[in-house]
Amino acid sequence: MRKVLMKGNEAIGEAAIRAGCLNYFAYPITPQSEVAEYLSHRMPEVGGVFLQGESEVAVGYMIFGASGCGERVFTTSSSPGISLMSEAISYIASAQCPAVFVNIIRGGPGLGGILPSQGDYFQATKGGGHGDYRLLVMAPASVQEAVEMVMEAFPLAEKYRNPVMILGDGLIGQMMEPVEFPEHLSSKPTNKDDWATTGMDTRKSDKPNVVKTLFLDAKVLNNLNLTLKAKYDRMKKEEVRYEPYNIDSDYKVLIVSYGTMSRVCKTAVDNLKEEGFEVGMIRPQTLFPFPETAINEAAGKKSCKTVVSIEMSMGQMVEDVERSVLGKRPVEWYGKCGGEVPTPEEVMEVLREFGK
Amino acid sequence: MQKEVMFAGFGGQGILFSAKILAHAAMEEGYEVMWIPSYGPEMRGGTAYCMVIISEKHIGSPIVKNPMHLVAMNRPSLEKFAPVVKPEGIVLINSTLIPVRSGRSDVDELVIPVNDIAIKVGSLKSANIVALSSFVARSKLVKMETLRHCVEEEFSKKTKLIPLNMKAMEEGEKAVVNLKE
Repeated sequence: MRKVLMKGNEAIGEAAIRAGCLNYFAYPITPQSEVAEYLSHRMPEVGGVFLQGESEVAVGYMIFGASGCGERVFTTSSSPGISLMSEAISYIASAQCPAVFVNIIRGGPGLGGILPSQGDYFQATKGGGHGDYRLLVMAPASVQEAVEMVMEAFPLAEKYRNPVMILGDGLIGQMMEPVEFPEHLSSKPTNKDDWATTGMDTRKSDKPNVVKTLFLDAKVLNNLNLTLKAKYDRMKKEEVRYEPYNIDSDYKVLIVSYGTMSRVCKTAVDNLKEEGFEVGMIRPQTLFPFPETAINEAAGKKSCKTVVSIEMSMGQMVEDVERSVLGKRPVEWYGKCGGEVPTPEEVMEVLREFGK
Repeated sequence: MQKEVMFAGFGGQGILFSAKILAHAAMEEGYEVMWIPSYGPEMRGGTAYCMVIISEKHIGSPIVKNPMHLVAMNRPSLEKFAPVVKPEGIVLINSTLIPVRSGRSDVDELVIPVNDIAIKVGSLKSANIVALSSFVARSKLVKMETLRHCVEEEFSKKTKLIPLNMKAMEEGEKAVVNLKE
C-alpha cells in the first residue's frame, strides 16, 4: 500500500478503524484532540459511533458499558483526562472486559502544560486507579509504530480480557511521518461468549454473563485477584517487546529509553559512535510487561560500566530499570520534563560524563 | 545526509501547511521525512513554526538544535532562528515584512519580497506557496515538478485554488532565477 503522510493523532484514529473498532467515545484535550476531530467525520463514514462525552469520567464508563456489551471500543485522552478515567479503568480491569486507552502524555502534575512528557509512566504501569490490576502498556516511538500498536492492542485486550494502554507523548500525537497501514484486521474476538452480555439467545452457553466489580466475599475476591495475577504473569511470559540498538558493540554505557526520548537517544548513540564511544540501548516497546531479562543481560556485558534510564520525567522508569539490573551495575537517571525534550547534544554530554 | 528546514512566521501565514507540502514532496521522492509542528503556548501567542526533517535513512531525533535551513516569514522568526541555522544553510527572508537581515555572513541569504509577489499573483494567502517555491528552487531539496504535483494534491479538495497556487509556484521560482541574473 502507498505510504501516506499523517499526523500521529489522525493515524491512531484510522488504525483503530482498521482494527475493526467502530466505537470511539472521548472528550477533547490537547495534545490529542485531533483524534476526536478525525474520528468525528471518519466514524460516521464507516458506520461507527463517535460520541463526545460530557467529561472523561463519563467517557470511562461509556467504554466500560460498550465493552461489557462485547463491542470493540477505545478512547484517547491526555494526562489529566486519563486521571479522570482511572476509576473506570480499575472497574474494567476488575470486570475483565477488553478496551483500549490511548494516553498522549502532556506535562504534569495537575493541569501541567500541553507539551510532550513521559510523566505518566507510573500511572500507566503501576496503577492510576485503585486495586491490584495492571494494564498492558505499549509505547510507540514513531507514527508507524503507533499505528501497529493500536491495531495489535484490540486483539491483545481481548486475549487477556483486560484494558490495554498505548502510551505516547505529545510529539507522537502531533508530528507527521509517512505511514503504511497494515491490512484490516479480520479477526473477531473468539472468547466473546465468556464475557459479553449480548443476551442468552445469541450465545452458545446457558450460563449468564454478568459484568460486575463488587465481590463482598473475601474468598471470592481473593480468587478474582489470583485470576488477574495469573493473566499478568502470562503477559510477562508472552508479551514482552523491546528493540535493542547497537547492542553488539562493546558499549561502556547502556541506555534504557522509550518513545520519543528513545529517538533522541538513537541520534546521540550514532553521533557518539562516530567519536569512537560506544553506547548500547534497550528500547522497551512494552512498559508493562517490562523487558527485565533483556535489560539484565545487556547490563551484564563485560564492557558495560553503567546503565542510564533516560526519560522525559523526573525518574520513573529508572525504578523498573533498577529492578531489572538487580545491582549488577550502577543505575543512573537523566531526564527533563514539563515539555522540555533533551536534545541529542545534551544526551551526548550526559553519556560522556557517565562513560568516564 | 539529513536536512532540516525550519518554517516560521505568524499564525495564519500557512507555515504548517507549506512545511507539510515539502515533507509530502520529499516522501514522494522516497526520502524518510518528519514534520514537527509547534503546538505549544507560543503558537497561541501568534507565532507558528514547523520543522521538516528529510533524510535518506531512518530519522532519529525529532528535536534539532541547529536546523540546516530557515524560511522566515516575519521578523520575530528571523530574529529567533537565524542565529541557530547551520553554516552554509539557506535563510529565506520575506523582505516585504522584514526590514532587517540575518546578520550572518556564513549563510546563503535569500531575500524575497514574498508578500508582494503573492499580492501580484492574486492573493496574499498564497505567500506560503511563493516562499516554499523560492526555497525549493534555491535548495533543490526536491524537484520542482514533484513539488507542483504535491501542491495540486494538497489542494485536491479546493481545486479552484490550484491555478492561483500554480502561479504562486511559478513566480516564487522566477524570483530566485531573477536574483541570479
